[in-house]
Amino acid sequence: MQKDNTIVLRVEDIYKNYGNVEVLKGVSFEIKKGETKVIIGPSGSGKSTLLRCINQLTIPDKGRIWLENQEVTHTKKNINQFRQKIGMVFQDFNLFDHLNALRNVEIGLIKVRGMGKDEARQKAIEELKQVGLEEQANLYPAQLSGGQKQRVSIARTLAMDPSVILFDEPTSALDPELIGEVLEVIKKLALNGMTMAVVTHEMGFARSVANEVIFMEDGKIIDQGSPRKLFTNPEHARTRKFLSKITELYGRSAEKK
Amino acid sequence: MAENLLSIYEALPYLLRGSLVTIGLVGGALALGLTLGIPMAIGQVYGNKYSAGLISFYVWFFRGLPVLVLLFLFYFGLFTVLSLDLSAFTAGILVLGLRSAAYQSQIFRGAMQSIGEGQMLAARSLGMSKAKAAWHIILPQALRISLPGWSNEYSIILKDSAVTYAIGLTEIMTRGKFIATRTFKPMPIFLTCALIFLILTYGGVKLLNLLEKKVRIPGYGTEREGIY
Repeated sequence: MQKDNTIVLRVEDIYKNYGNVEVLKGVSFEIKKGETKVIIGPSGSGKSTLLRCINQLTIPDKGRIWLENQEVTHTKKNINQFRQKIGMVFQDFNLFDHLNALRNVEIGLIKVRGMGKDEARQKAIEELKQVGLEEQANLYPAQLSGGQKQRVSIARTLAMDPSVILFDEPTSALDPELIGEVLEVIKKLALNGMTMAVVTHEMGFARSVANEVIFMEDGKIIDQGSPRKLFTNPEHARTRKFLSKITELYGRSAEKK
Repeated sequence: MAENLLSIYEALPYLLRGSLVTIGLVGGALALGLTLGIPMAIGQVYGNKYSAGLISFYVWFFRGLPVLVLLFLFYFGLFTVLSLDLSAFTAGILVLGLRSAAYQSQIFRGAMQSIGEGQMLAARSLGMSKAKAAWHIILPQALRISLPGWSNEYSIILKDSAVTYAIGLTEIMTRGKFIATRTFKPMPIFLTCALIFLILTYGGVKLLNLLEKKVRIPGYGTEREGIY
C-alpha cells in the first residue's frame, strides 16, 4: 500500500441536526493519501450523514471539510468542482436507469468534464475493464445483477478521477453471494493506492483492508485505531459489545478471513 | 342511401382539407404545450418557491376554465385589446397550446416526481448542477414514463380542437356544419366528421404506442412483462 503523509481529506468538527435530533455531534478525522478508512457502527449512528456532509449533499450545521487544502464547506458555487473530486458510491447503486453500463460511466465525463465523445468512450471502457465488466458494457441496469450494478457504479465514480471515494455501505443491498465480487474490486482499489472512506458492516473486509477503523455511535467517534487494535483490544466496552454482536450476526468465518 | 353516399363523396375532399387544418392545429398546440410544459415541470419540481408558485397559478388558470371561455377571452378579448391581428388558426394554436402546456406540465411533473431521489443524488455527486441533472438524467426517464399520459393529452386536444368552430376556424366541424346546412343532410355529413375524428385518434395513439415501444428501456418503464 503506497502511502505518503499528504492529507487528502480533513473533516473538522462536523455537527448536523435534523429538527431536534442531533445526528452528528462534532466529528473530526483525516484521511491521508492512499489510505483506506473504514467507518463502522450501529445504524442511526450518523455514518451515512457524515459521508453526505463530506460532499455537501447534506449541508452540515457546523464544522468544515477540506479537500487537499481547499475548503469544501462554504463554497456554494464551486461545490460541483469538489464533487467531481469526491467520488460517492451508494448502498443502492443509483445507476441511471435509462442508460446502459457504458453510458452510465461516460455521462459524467461528457456532461460534467466536457470530454469529447470518443475520448470519454475510451476511458469508460477502461474503467469497466477495471471492474471486470467490459462485456456487460451494453446492458442496462435492469439487466445486471446487484453486484454488477455496484461495480458499474464504482467504474462511474472512478472515471471522474476522484481524489477520494466515499462508499456508503456498498454491499448492504446485495445478496450474500454477490458481496465478494464488490469487495474484491474495492480491495483492488485499496491496493492500487486509492484514498477511500468506507462505511460497512463487513468486518472481515474492514480487517483486511482498512488502515484505520473508526467506530461511531450516537453521532460521535467513540473509538479509532488500527484494525488489529480495534478488533482484538478495543479501548471502549461499547466497541467490544458492538463487535461481538456483529460477529455473532455475520459469523466467525468472515471475521477470520 | 345512394343519395347519401353521393353527398358524402362530394363533401369528402372538402372535409379532408378541414382535417388538415385540424391536424395542423393539434400538432401546433401539442408542440407549443410541450415546449412550455417541460420547463414548467422542471421549474415546479426543482425551481424556487416563486417559480413554483407562478407555475401553479398558470396551471390553475388554464385548467380552471372551459376551452370555449378561453378561446373567447383570448380571441375576442386579449388579442383584440392588444390589436394583434391573428388568424383564427394562429389564435387556436395559441389558446389550445397554452392550455395544453398546463396539462402537459402536470403530466411531466408527476413523472419527474415518481423517479427515485437516488437518481438526482447520484447525478449531483458526479458534479452535475441541478439543471444538468434534471435535463440529462431526470427528464429522459420522465418523458418515457409520460408517454401514456401524453397520448391521452393528444386525444383530448384533438377533440377539443372542434371547439375552434366557434371562432370560425375552418376545421372539420365548421366545414361539416357548412355542408350540412347547405345540403340538408346532417346525418351522413356529421357521421363522416365523426369517422374522421375516430381515425385521427386511432392513428395518433397508435403512433405514440409505437414510439413508446421504440424508446422503451429493457426492464424499465411502465410496461413490464411476466407479472400476473
